[in-house]
Amino acid sequence: MASAVTYTAEWPVLVSIIFSPPQNYPLYIRSVPTENELKFHYTVHTSLDVVDEKISAMGKALVDQRELYLGLLYPTEDYKVYGYVTNSKVKFVMVVDSSNTALRDNEIRSMFRKLHNSYTDIMCNPFYNPGDRIHSRAFDNMVNSMMMQVC
Amino acid sequence: ARRELCGATRLGYFGRSQFYIALKLVAVAQSGLPLRVESLNTVKDLPLPRFVVSKNEQESRHTALYSSDADNPASYSGVIPPPPGRIQVKKGSVSHDAVQQRTSTDQQESTSPVVSPQQSPPTSPHTWRKHNRHPSGGNNERPLAGPGPFWAPFSEAQPGSSTSSDPIWSGHSPPPHQENWVSFADTPPTSALLAMHPASVQDQTTVRTVASATTTNEIRRQSSSYDDPWKITDEQRQYYVNQFKTIQPDLNGFIPGSAAKEFFTKSKLPILELSHIWELSDFDKDGALTLDEFCAAFHLVVARKNGYDLPEKLPESLMPKLIDLEDSTEVGEQTGEVGYSSSPAEAPPSKSPSMPSLNQTWPELNQSSEDTAIVHPVPIRMTPSKIHMQEMELKRTGSDHANPTSPLLVKPPDLPEENKMSSSVKFTAGNTVTDGYSSSDSYASDPEQIGSTVTRQRSHSGTSPDNTAPPPPPPRPHPSHSRSSSLDMNRSFSVTPGQQQAGVVAYPPAVPPRPQPSQGAGPHVHRPVDAEGLIAHTSTSPQQIPEQPNFADFSQFEAFAVSGVNKEEEDEIETHSEVLQGKGTTPLAPPPKPIRRRLKSEDELRPEAEEHTQKTGVIAAVLASQPSIPRSVGKDKKAIQASIRRNKETNTVLARLNSELQQQLKDVLEERISLEVQLEQLRPFSHL
Repeated sequence: MASAVTYTAEWPVLVSIIFSPPQNYPLYIRSVPTENELKFHYTVHTSLDVVDEKISAMGKALVDQRELYLGLLYPTEDYKVYGYVTNSKVKFVMVVDSSNTALRDNEIRSMFRKLHNSYTDIMCNPFYNPGDRIHSRAFDNMVNSMMMQVC
Repeated sequence: ARRELCGATRLGYFGRSQFYIALKLVAVAQSGLPLRVESLNTVKDLPLPRFVVSKNEQESRHTALYSSDADNPASYSGVIPPPPGRIQVKKGSVSHDAVQQRTSTDQQESTSPVVSPQQSPPTSPHTWRKHNRHPSGGNNERPLAGPGPFWAPFSEAQPGSSTSSDPIWSGHSPPPHQENWVSFADTPPTSALLAMHPASVQDQTTVRTVASATTTNEIRRQSSSYDDPWKITDEQRQYYVNQFKTIQPDLNGFIPGSAAKEFFTKSKLPILELSHIWELSDFDKDGALTLDEFCAAFHLVVARKNGYDLPEKLPESLMPKLIDLEDSTEVGEQTGEVGYSSSPAEAPPSKSPSMPSLNQTWPELNQSSEDTAIVHPVPIRMTPSKIHMQEMELKRTGSDHANPTSPLLVKPPDLPEENKMSSSVKFTAGNTVTDGYSSSDSYASDPEQIGSTVTRQRSHSGTSPDNTAPPPPPPRPHPSHSRSSSLDMNRSFSVTPGQQQAGVVAYPPAVPPRPQPSQGAGPHVHRPVDAEGLIAHTSTSPQQIPEQPNFADFSQFEAFAVSGVNKEEEDEIETHSEVLQGKGTTPLAPPPKPIRRRLKSEDELRPEAEEHTQKTGVIAAVLASQPSIPRSVGKDKKAIQASIRRNKETNTVLARLNSELQQQLKDVLEERISLEVQLEQLRPFSHL
């Protein structure tokens, strides 16, 4: 019970991970708080399968933003995983604590949109090589502010 | 070692002043003069340090030059460390050793800021002198060993003189320096010079160990003595502009990302830092650098090379639209868009506040819709038809006073005065217009939505994409250009006739990128004075349905405008405005209506457009009533101006209403989307 309590306390409210095609290795990982990160890394990696499944299910090229947002990938005990994929097959995965019921779907969408926009800005940077880990301070700030909002 | 020096003292501010000091010292050393504090004063004509253009080369060269000046460094160092200022100078010999160390480090340091000295060789020696004075002057207070004292005065001076006179830097005559110099025994009187960045000073004071570090600090502090440590001096800016030209001959064009990458990679900064610099300076996030962005990036690179840490966000003085202005107002507070609804008279001063506010909304907008957000709200919103854009243009011009963007637009009147204000201002104006339209206070948080909306709208309009893409560059070329609205402002606020004219003339060119129709629509009111504009507009007028009636008026004006006489033109404008007023509401109102219906955008725009046209007529009247026009009666002018103000306020209100409604629309669309998604998610379950 004490462990359970600590466990929930340690639950990151949000974990954002970006994966890049084609090998789907992570470009950016951020979780708040930072305990139990590995668990969420594992969760996010496994959720990639779900993402791929949804992408293939979509079939035709759907460019509408709605299709970019994959929605709730799957609910697990205690947390939900949301996915978002860009047209270039860059996947954003977000893990949110289930206890955080205040998060509406729209908010998740807007968060993904912000992530996408920031990611686009990073791509515009000629000094960034696609496939590199993302070290941008601006991006970090954006993600931090976003996660603080949720917490 | 140099790096340490640079790094030790750093504060993240560009130690321009320090750099200048270092340069001066270099010059002195190179010239073989005894490096004494006093010598700096007297030797006004210090030969400029011989710097090579390229940074890297300079560095190597400096070291070479320095190595040849063994003696001077010694004497030089003696001058530098005097804690109580003069005392040490007299005791120069005492700190020779330390000085010598410093000298070498100074030399090294001076090599680092290679870039800036190049740009301002003439001023650097002077600045140097000043700086030297300051450090020594203020040293009294600090008990720091050697280098320390230098900092003391600075630190003290800084708090007091946060608004150090940067101008002193750029070319003040030596006398001011000497003044400081003399008084440096006492507390540094020249707070201006000593106005070092408080933070930088403090940090610098911590670095006492190396004498040269002190010098560097001094230099840095002095550079940070500006009101804004990140401000770019004229010489630096000129240098940056020249460098820009080597990459992109067209000053109004872009430097593509790859070219910029190569260029900045030469500075040998780590890629991570260059990446951060890029993120800071590419304001519109379009993957290319405009002249202002390039200058900001270059400035940051230079600062970084001097050991200053990169800021987390772009300093205000480096923001694209502010760079050219170099006004203290730029670094102003953000009055927000609300402030703009005030009377037009306040427009000019409000422009700076608007800019900061707009700037702040920028990043969000940029994220959402790159070009569209930045460029023009008009094309974005009114994508469907050119006419719509015209209407927007009209609206903008008419209501720019009221709108948050109006301040920016108003700014253009000042442009003629400030040649530096180049297209960047316009660009900003464009952006701000966008901000004004799309990002009222309530929308600041929804740039993405706006962007997405814009994106969607964009896809629907055939003309907007073309218009939106080029927009940024076009405004640039004409420093004196101002939107038609700004032009109105000029006129309505009795800006100097010359300015007005310049503004008017400038206006047409600024608009070109926008769809031709908008050009015709917008300027038609303002153009009368602008012969060129008129001609341009008239040529495009036929294309614009709603504008045709106005164009007819323009043609009349053209005839007069060609004459090139302000007064004559103004007379024409007067008559024109009257005509417009007469026909403004009627002819303009109906055309906008049908046009708007075609538009995807909200219907609210329609009333706004109508209002806009009405206001345009009023503005024209105001224009006619410019003080420069002898005909306008004082009373009429005032009445007109009052009415203009009211109209502008109404415009602001309407603009806000519009944006709010659009926001509501976006919200509704989002809800719809989310509901659809939920529905889809629920569908599988229904099958179970």
